[in-house]
Amino acid sequence: MSMVPDITATEASASGAAVVSEVSAAKKIEGRSPWRLAYERLRSDRAAKIAFGTIVVVILLALFAPVIAALIGHGPNQQFIDIGENANGGPVPPGGTFWFGTDSSGRDLFIRTLYGARVSLVVGVLATGISVALGVVFGLAAGYIGGIVDSLIARMIDVMLSVPFLLIGISIAYIVGASEWLVIVIVGVLSFTALGRIVRGQVISLKQKEYIEAARALGAGPWRIMFVDLLPNVMAQVIVYASLLIPLAIVTEAAFSFLGVGVPPPTADWGAMISDAAGYYQYGYWWYLFFPSLALLITTLAFNIFGDSVRDALDPRGGGLYV
Amino acid sequence: MTETNAVATAGAGSGGDADVLLQVENLVKYFPVSSRGLFQEKLYVHAVEGVSLSVRRGQTFGIVGETGSGKSTLARCVARLYDITSGRVIFDGQDITKLSQRRMRPLRREIQMIFQDPIGSLNPRRRVGSIIGDPFAIHGTASGAERKRRVQELMERVGLNPEHYNRFPAEFSGGQRQRIGVARALAFQPKLIICDEPVSALDVSIQAQVINLLADLQSEFGLTYIFIAHDLSVVRHVSNTVGVMYLGKLTEVAPSEELFTVPRHPYTGALLSAVPVPDPDQSDERQQIILVGDVPSPILPPSGCRFHPRCPKAAPVCVSTDPPLEPRLGDGPQHTAACHLPMAAGENLGDFHPSIDETERIIETPSILLDGDEDGGVPGATSVGGSLSQSGEGSQS
Repeated sequence: MSMVPDITATEASASGAAVVSEVSAAKKIEGRSPWRLAYERLRSDRAAKIAFGTIVVVILLALFAPVIAALIGHGPNQQFIDIGENANGGPVPPGGTFWFGTDSSGRDLFIRTLYGARVSLVVGVLATGISVALGVVFGLAAGYIGGIVDSLIARMIDVMLSVPFLLIGISIAYIVGASEWLVIVIVGVLSFTALGRIVRGQVISLKQKEYIEAARALGAGPWRIMFVDLLPNVMAQVIVYASLLIPLAIVTEAAFSFLGVGVPPPTADWGAMISDAAGYYQYGYWWYLFFPSLALLITTLAFNIFGDSVRDALDPRGGGLYV
Repeated sequence: MTETNAVATAGAGSGGDADVLLQVENLVKYFPVSSRGLFQEKLYVHAVEGVSLSVRRGQTFGIVGETGSGKSTLARCVARLYDITSGRVIFDGQDITKLSQRRMRPLRREIQMIFQDPIGSLNPRRRVGSIIGDPFAIHGTASGAERKRRVQELMERVGLNPEHYNRFPAEFSGGQRQRIGVARALAFQPKLIICDEPVSALDVSIQAQVINLLADLQSEFGLTYIFIAHDLSVVRHVSNTVGVMYLGKLTEVAPSEELFTVPRHPYTGALLSAVPVPDPDQSDERQQIILVGDVPSPILPPSGCRFHPRCPKAAPVCVSTDPPLEPRLGDGPQHTAACHLPMAAGENLGDFHPSIDETERIIETPSILLDGDEDGGVPGATSVGGSLSQSGEGSQS
């Protein structure tokens, strides 16, 4: 009987390869969790590393935007009427003083693009947070409790999916007045539906597992089963979806601002900048449209590629499972 | 349903036998077949139909039966993982049939389960230490270092290396995982452990280890087991009393040795003749009784004795009347069989031919079942699909 642990112990260390043999005995017995395996796969993915590096750079630029602004000496909302506008009162092109040129009001486009990242990231992360929280809670409840709770939540999600997202957002923004927080809440609340459905479907299949029965046999209540037993098993899907939701939220926020119901001026915001620039583009002021658009493109692309890599890392069988 | 009430009725029902730990009376469990449309008659899978049994303290009650015979459903009803359609379950003198999940919680410490699937019964995302520590966490009896100490004690007791506390289930072999399941069930030293095919998924050499472990624990802690299996040799080895289930009913209950030497029910006889014998000469001499046909659908089970469509001894009375489970042919009260025409000792089933109409022997598939798809995860009905697709004739409305 005592042979069994010995046999598998040697098996485990053999398959665990050189990594295990080098670490101390205390470390040896600590298993590699599914998360750790995913992390190692992610680390060996070059696209993921480049995307992650880009995200880090964007975050750092956003964080240190005030510092950079102070170093250059241009405030985000500071108008340079004398040097920032040409003879006709239009934007000046990129140059030594204004690296990205200026906008239609004579403000430094470089500094404003940096400040725009702050809004985008805050909206993207917070809206995704709201969306994940709602999706997980509603998905778990619908999937695990089932019955009438499931029907109610499913109908609610159906209704939310059937009404046009932007139209609702614009209407609400007109009624209560546009603000950054409103955009966060609208994007967060309106985008939890897909995640809720993913979690619900997963939970329905997971709750047939014997370990859920085992938990019930031990006397675990519904809360414990939902958040201790089920949640860790749907976390992979949640993380994948969340990582793809961030760029979606950033783009949606930009769209709201583009339509004039997002972050109110004079706050620097990519969507609002693109919207404003669209009116000047035809007169040859290409930089005004180009730089905010490029910033938006790079940020969302990096998040999207990173999200894809996370999905691949968490799913060794390849893509196509979660989308 | 107050507690005193329950105790009083239980005392009356079981005849006040303090030695009986678990008394099941007329237990019925139906599962609704997932909806087949708005205006159709609602159908049910008759997973368990009127099972009565009693399990004595410190003993092992074995349950054998084919897939879909309702043995796992019975186990889950006893553990109150399922709500019971009708009948009563009396545990340790207390009627637990109608207890809410909340009221059931303290009793969970005393009734534990060991599951069949050593992979599926352990949460793959949690470490072994936290899985085995679950009972302490759920009932709030130990935490922190104390919990870890007790978990490691349990691991040592079931033959696991306590240092593997931080590993994940996937890092263990099948036998070791089943030991983890045993350790978890053992945490509170329950009075009753329901083992739902605990060794069916294991290699034969590992089966013996796990069975011996269960036997050791039984003598050490005075545990009572309900041991479910489809392997007759295993059940014979571990059980004091064995019950044979067929299509949701107990067909025969007897002390282990008696059941295997003098089976009364033809179904038991047929099952025993199918047990492989290691000696090839002996195996050649022996006559195997091959049962014809599939297990009928538990949605519309056969009339009378449920075994009659496949029974070599079937007579008209078997079609018309459901035989009660009672001692037959002068057996003692411990040996009961639900059969009108029980087998005598040494009787050869191959000599018999059914004396019922041929149409009664066809396992009819009602047409209303053919169009619907009822694979809605109905437990205990795993064989339904197979029997439907193979016997696609007959109609009944």
